Amino acid sequence: MDPEGSPNIAGAGEAPVLEPGHTLATVTDKISSIVLGRGTTKGWMIGFAIALALLMMFNIAVTYLLIKGVGIWGINIPIGWGFAIVNFVWWIGIGHAGTLISAILLLLHQKWRTSINRFAEAMTLFAVACAGTFPLLHMGRPWLFFWLMPYPNPMWMWPQFRSPLVWDVFAVSTYATVSLLFWFVGLIPDLATLRDRARNRATKIVYGILAMGWRGSAVHWTRYEVASLLLAGLATPLVVSVHTVVSWDFAVAIVPGWHTTIFPPYFVAGAIYSGFAMVMTLAIPIRKFYHLEDMVTMRHLDNMAKVMLATGMIVAYGYMMETFMAFYGGDPFDRYLVVNRMTGQYAVVYWSLIACNIIIPQAMWSRKVRASVPALFAISLVVNTGMWLERFVIVVISLTRDFVPSIWHTYYPTKWDWMTYIGTFGLFFTLFLLFVRFLPMISIVEMRSLVRETDEKPE
Amino acid sequence: MAQIFHHSTNLISRLSIYGGVFIIAALGAALYGIELSPWYTDQHVAQQQPVPFSHKHHAGELGIDCRYCHTSVEKSSFAGLPPTQTCMTCHSRIWTNASMLEPVRASYRDDKSLAWTRVNAVPDFVYFDHSIHVSKGVGCTTCHGPIAEMPLTWRAGTLYMQWCLECHREPEKYVRPKSEVFNPYYEPPKNQLELGRRLVKEYKIQSLQNCSTCHR
Repeated sequence: MDPEGSPNIAGAGEAPVLEPGHTLATVTDKISSIVLGRGTTKGWMIGFAIALALLMMFNIAVTYLLIKGVGIWGINIPIGWGFAIVNFVWWIGIGHAGTLISAILLLLHQKWRTSINRFAEAMTLFAVACAGTFPLLHMGRPWLFFWLMPYPNPMWMWPQFRSPLVWDVFAVSTYATVSLLFWFVGLIPDLATLRDRARNRATKIVYGILAMGWRGSAVHWTRYEVASLLLAGLATPLVVSVHTVVSWDFAVAIVPGWHTTIFPPYFVAGAIYSGFAMVMTLAIPIRKFYHLEDMVTMRHLDNMAKVMLATGMIVAYGYMMETFMAFYGGDPFDRYLVVNRMTGQYAVVYWSLIACNIIIPQAMWSRKVRASVPALFAISLVVNTGMWLERFVIVVISLTRDFVPSIWHTYYPTKWDWMTYIGTFGLFFTLFLLFVRFLPMISIVEMRSLVRETDEKPE
Repeated sequence: MAQIFHHSTNLISRLSIYGGVFIIAALGAALYGIELSPWYTDQHVAQQQPVPFSHKHHAGELGIDCRYCHTSVEKSSFAGLPPTQTCMTCHSRIWTNASMLEPVRASYRDDKSLAWTRVNAVPDFVYFDHSIHVSKGVGCTTCHGPIAEMPLTWRAGTLYMQWCLECHREPEKYVRPKSEVFNPYYEPPKNQLELGRRLVKEYKIQSLQNCSTCHR
């Protein structure tokens, strides 16, 4: 069912979160038919082929890495972190929007989250999967990753609990687990819908197993509600804690440019900033290709733009304070670092970051820009780039200029760095396209409850 | 609408959910068991040697001192494996025709070392030093086990880091008087802890547990 016309933003104040004309049945029909009705479309196949090709490139890069070791990357002392950690922080940050939308906005009863939360959560999971590969590969001997876990072992060794890198392991694995559970619990009633609507037996069995015997009884619904709320409550602190712990990887170290107390809040804001940018980057093409403009409305894009504007300002404040504290703190190494960021060999990266993260997104103050889908799409890409550059600035520039000038060094990513980074897009989009094809990308259950509410008080 | 699943599948789903936890735990326990098993560690597994040399006979029944063959144990990180000449000090006169000893005589004739199978070996990233242990009151049998009762030599410990740390954390449980270090029949006294504490103090045993003590 096509929307009656494109929503009129400029005149009518707030656009609705669900275009009028939907009934319970049309919502279910529309969302479930994307999975069951349309089959595999040509567009999807092309997208999947590209994603899979990138994933294969990732596999090649990783295989060669496992054969040769991390020496194939551009890292060398003193720049021991490089792309692996830049990409890790970037991907994990992207995930945060999904959790914010699904947990915090649920607890705050924000109705507009309904149609975007499912794929935002999927984005979280896949982003965490991409993020997780980097520290593992960066370890050099990934097959010994379980040494990070405290488990009884004949070495009588525990992980170094005083190290933020170990806290990171716990933060990220908790995050991945809670996000997966939250996402899956939310999916159960929808999976049951797909099971009931499926036409062939194999499909019925697959969705049937995943639906875990959901029959939609009152008991099921009560438990579903309780479980959702509990998981939302568990996920809420994770929105703040995960990137805080990630920021401690830096802030606990004494490297100039890392050792600052503003890192945790500014990392969290940055994470949500980049996450919403990524949700926008995904939502805009999806609503176009699958004709979901009536469910992911201009109201959603408008709200996301506003969240990005707000978090972007916090991030800008963070940059300002970093610079100010370097000056005000009077530490010569900190001062040098800030000057070096702005004028040194990576000055282009720093100023591009300022342009991408602070200057260009200011356009979203204008209602006209927020009502323009292409403009929002462009800004979301710019912000994604900007946030990646920010992590590059933090990780690389600080390490290239350590305390002792004799070990100063320059970092260049090698082709293997790039292949691994671009390859994770393959991993991400492969998973995402499979998700779009085989699972309801918008929560049918929650959209139906939205129909009831919009029916009661039409706006 | 017809049922997709038979009623009995409920059991499978319940088992897979509740059982999942236990199956994973059991798998972990099994792996840990394998890691500690003699099959994996060679602990208590007698090794075949080119000549069936018996510590039981030489060190036990005959009472030859450990240092007669392992000459560098007090001065060097490596205890030292005896050259064939050491064997021949006796065996040029006794058991000169024993067929069991033919490889030893061949080695002596051809001036070619016997290729013993190493029983106790730590990995290359571990720097173990015999001399310091011996001179601080750690007996041979503390690590090498009841060597005077081994017809063929086996590894007495797992050689895991856990095994090293057991003593490095609580040396008072294992240390003995220096005069008893080379006694293969030494039994710790009843008041081992009391004696141990005194010896730790007297020998200035440091209980080193830094990574860089062994992983230099």
